[in-house]
Amino acid sequence: MSGSAILLQFLNGLAGASSLFLLAAGLSLIFGVTRIVNFAHGSLYMLGMYLAVWLSESVGFWPSALTAALAVAALGAAIEMSLLRRLYPVPELLQLLATFALVLIARDFALWAWGPEDLLGPRAPGLEDAVEIAGGRFPEYDLFLIVVGPLVLAALHLLLTRTRWGILVRAATQDRDMAGALGVNQKWLFTEVFALGALLAGLGGALSVPREPANLTIDLSVLSDAFVVVVVGGLGSIPGAFLAALLIAEVKAFAIGLGFSKATLVVEFIVMAAVLVLRPWGLLGREAAPLRGPAALEPPLALPSRNVLRALLALAAALALVPLLSRGYALVLLSDVLVFALFAVSLHFITGPGGMLSFGHAAYFGLGAYGAGLLLLRAGAPMEAALVLAPLAAGIGALAFGWFCVRLSGVYLAMLTLAFAQIVWSVAFQWDAFTGGSNGLIGVWPSAWLASRTAYYYLTLGACLAGIAILWRVLYSPFGYALRASRDSPLRAGAIGIDVRAQQWAAFTLAGLAAGIAGALYAFSKGSISPETLSVPRSVDALVMVLLGGIQTLTGPAWGAALFTWLQDSASREFDYWRAVLGAVILALVLALPGGVGGLLGGRSTR
Amino acid sequence: MLEIRRLRAGYGRATVLFDLDLVLNAGEVTVLLGRNGAGKSTTLKSVMGLVQPTSGEIVFEGKRIDSLAPYRIARLGLGYVPEERRIFTDLTVDQNLEVGRRPPRPDVPEWTADRVFSLFPHLAAARSRAAARLSGGEQKMLAISRTLMGNPSVLLLDEPSEGLAPLIVEHMARTIIELKRTGLAVLLCEQNLRFARRVADRAYVIETGQVRYGGTLAGLEADSTLRGGYLSI
Amino acid sequence: MSLLEVRDLSKSYGGVQAVRGVSFDLDAGERVAMIGPNGAGKTTCFNMLNGQIAPDAGSIALGGRPLAGLPPRKVWRLGVGRTFQITATFGSMTVRENVQLALLSHHGRLGSLWPLASDAHVEEAEALLERAGVKELAARACAVLAYGDLKRVELAIALANRPRLLLMDEPTAGMAPSERGDLMRLAAELAREARTAVLFTEHDMDVVFEHADRVLVLDRGELIARGSPGELRADPRVREGYLGDA
Repeated sequence: MSGSAILLQFLNGLAGASSLFLLAAGLSLIFGVTRIVNFAHGSLYMLGMYLAVWLSESVGFWPSALTAALAVAALGAAIEMSLLRRLYPVPELLQLLATFALVLIARDFALWAWGPEDLLGPRAPGLEDAVEIAGGRFPEYDLFLIVVGPLVLAALHLLLTRTRWGILVRAATQDRDMAGALGVNQKWLFTEVFALGALLAGLGGALSVPREPANLTIDLSVLSDAFVVVVVGGLGSIPGAFLAALLIAEVKAFAIGLGFSKATLVVEFIVMAAVLVLRPWGLLGREAAPLRGPAALEPPLALPSRNVLRALLALAAALALVPLLSRGYALVLLSDVLVFALFAVSLHFITGPGGMLSFGHAAYFGLGAYGAGLLLLRAGAPMEAALVLAPLAAGIGALAFGWFCVRLSGVYLAMLTLAFAQIVWSVAFQWDAFTGGSNGLIGVWPSAWLASRTAYYYLTLGACLAGIAILWRVLYSPFGYALRASRDSPLRAGAIGIDVRAQQWAAFTLAGLAAGIAGALYAFSKGSISPETLSVPRSVDALVMVLLGGIQTLTGPAWGAALFTWLQDSASREFDYWRAVLGAVILALVLALPGGVGGLLGGRSTR
Repeated sequence: MLEIRRLRAGYGRATVLFDLDLVLNAGEVTVLLGRNGAGKSTTLKSVMGLVQPTSGEIVFEGKRIDSLAPYRIARLGLGYVPEERRIFTDLTVDQNLEVGRRPPRPDVPEWTADRVFSLFPHLAAARSRAAARLSGGEQKMLAISRTLMGNPSVLLLDEPSEGLAPLIVEHMARTIIELKRTGLAVLLCEQNLRFARRVADRAYVIETGQVRYGGTLAGLEADSTLRGGYLSI
Repeated sequence: MSLLEVRDLSKSYGGVQAVRGVSFDLDAGERVAMIGPNGAGKTTCFNMLNGQIAPDAGSIALGGRPLAGLPPRKVWRLGVGRTFQITATFGSMTVRENVQLALLSHHGRLGSLWPLASDAHVEEAEALLERAGVKELAARACAVLAYGDLKRVELAIALANRPRLLLMDEPTAGMAPSERGDLMRLAAELAREARTAVLFTEHDMDVVFEHADRVLVLDRGELIARGSPGELRADPRVREGYLGDA
């Protein structure tokens, strides 16, 4: 690379850093004051993009960008007042889930309003040309973006250090109860901060319009970028977000410039990993205060009574008899139910007893599915070998990612799991030659002796029930007790000789392995695998299953999986916008039964 | 002016206060004595709305305040200084005072930064320093000053003498007496009996969430079983 | 050689010196009280002794083995048990399960994936619960217990390790005066029978004078006096500063 090429790549990185910073700064501000990680932040960015493209047709780009940002800010204020205000007292998992419901609704809204095709925006009037820099051509608009980042940083700095409002925001960020005891009305402060964060996200989206088209998947991809930036920079630190945005954007720019465009995510991951190892709370972050856990409310885990065991055995026997009655669609649906039951139980294993919020569990499901497909199609392995080895791929993935995840807790951990899942998804989505890209893999069929619906059903039944039984049984072992102990009180756990991280790491890996079994079974039952198999919405599906069934119950997640799979199957055939419907259902559940969603079907009220 | 009736409060499932009764009169310094965990801090936090009472009443100037949000209670004229200071370490001394500043109240002389600095001259020299870089004693002073900026008519002070050097403890005692002279009513928690004797008009002894004694300090000192049984260092 | 040797222990947090140059010894079978006002550095000392925080400077040796800077789980393996000022137990488990888990850890069986934890070391757990006076609570979840009872559960957990050194941070806070005596008599028994060294912090001077062989007085991070309870009672500095009613 020549000197001028290096300079151009460097400038390119700076331009990319600006919109990343706007997004991450808003996320950080909102989290600092409200303690809510806003999963819908990427959706606000996406809406900013679409609105700017749409409005620019009538008013031109510059006014449209400003209007879009303001509209998103107003939307943010409305969301805070109507929804988030009710969520501040509920457990984090429900808060995250509620903001994720907004992601689903926003995406279907955009699909309805602007259609599935990418929307190309206009160029910015006055900055359409490129200028000559060091012998290369560099777009004027990107120079403008390079200036925007530091300008916003300076404006935020002045706002937060020189105005009474900013001082109150910083005070509330550090200790909001104390600020309240001094007479600061947090209610409005929260709304204002959320609106400001939304404004920054909307502006970031609108300003990126001349560089890239608006599209429906940008919400989660920028969200995971923002998570990486915030985790690297330190949650709640604006200068940290700026530094991290620069770092990440430069790393990306140079990876592309050096011809490793496929490897950008891997490089990004390595940078994040390095920072987290050296500074677990980010470049400029501070150690997080311990977060509220569900432990205090959870009753002891009693051994199931004989009657319960008999009922479960009877259920297994009944499931084994189903093929005698029907060999049609019921078997396909039941296979799905079994696969997702194992998937949900494996997520519950780490989220419930393990106390680790994961928003990226589909990564391991997907690694199992892709592992099976790739072993069969690319490595030419026999189907049986692929089925056995694929879960190991998921286990190895969980081993690698889990090593980082268990160093964090609460929402930090949730953000990291989501970022990892997004990375795995991007690899599957982008690497056309190997993973089939957006089309995925086709022709992933089982061997002849398992090809009949009935035979494959029995395979699924046996493997899933065994997996579920083993995970449940482990919870009653010393290992399972030590895992719950590490969640209940890491302090006491350490003081009686439990290696909390090792315990959580092992559980994370075991859960990943089990999810991988589910994924591999799923791949062979469908015959094809698409990137959707390991997308973030799939991770959230699993969380909804767990919550539907009851996070504080053992068997609940399996029932939740059955109910959810059946509902999804019927709803997706009836409604075009069924994701939005799911989002609305999640919101309704969280709002109507805060703290008690888990008890809905589990038969045990949590309060 | 502040009355607590049959107050029951705690954290989660653990109840700390059991039917506690207490009265604070205008212009008076009242001390809550008792050992660690007896419920002194919880009493102050309940008054401030930081702990939700499960039953009982808290009445301030004739108005029930036991279900109000902390910021509303603060705006009525109750000022709270927590034991662990909880100053905003990221902010400067001046900015900490700014967070506490509220509009003046008709019946109370207004507190300004200058008036606060005349009470605590140590702080004046450190106005633009980050609060994290103050000493423990200075942080305590800042915590009190910050609360005074809200022009309270009642000051709730949690362990004002804790962890301070003897000289600073003496300064703190004089300050509390000075504040009382300006018409402020003060309710404070204390473990140091000598300090309490120096500043307080009346005392309550709290043990396992209930009042075991209420009256003058002289009466308390005369009762050796109380002193031996419920007070300690 | 003493069982526990602490030399020049120091720790500061953001410019505030919490503990400064603290040195003391503890012999097997000895009960020592650490007293001082709130914020004097007692809990910080305890946290360094059981590995919760690493000291900035100084050394700690237990039976000749250095333990400064080791994480709590390794300190436990060396034979240290601890109770916390703000009790820490496993809320979603029963009292018996809390102790069973500590026993499983003591016997090195935490990693096993198959045997039922609830069947493990039942008799030993019952015996410990009986000793700590919480046997009748064995089947209750720790999340619903009162503070004073949790203190005793913590003691049973600590005893599961057959500790050589027992650290008790305010063991009697939140207990009625009669219960305090019982708890401290139990500590005395341990010290006598198992030669366990007991180090405890305490605000109640009656407990200190009755149950400590020696007393360490901490003030603003420094050890300012040490000696038998009788000697300290006669020390004017201690009387003036800490006994309050000079």
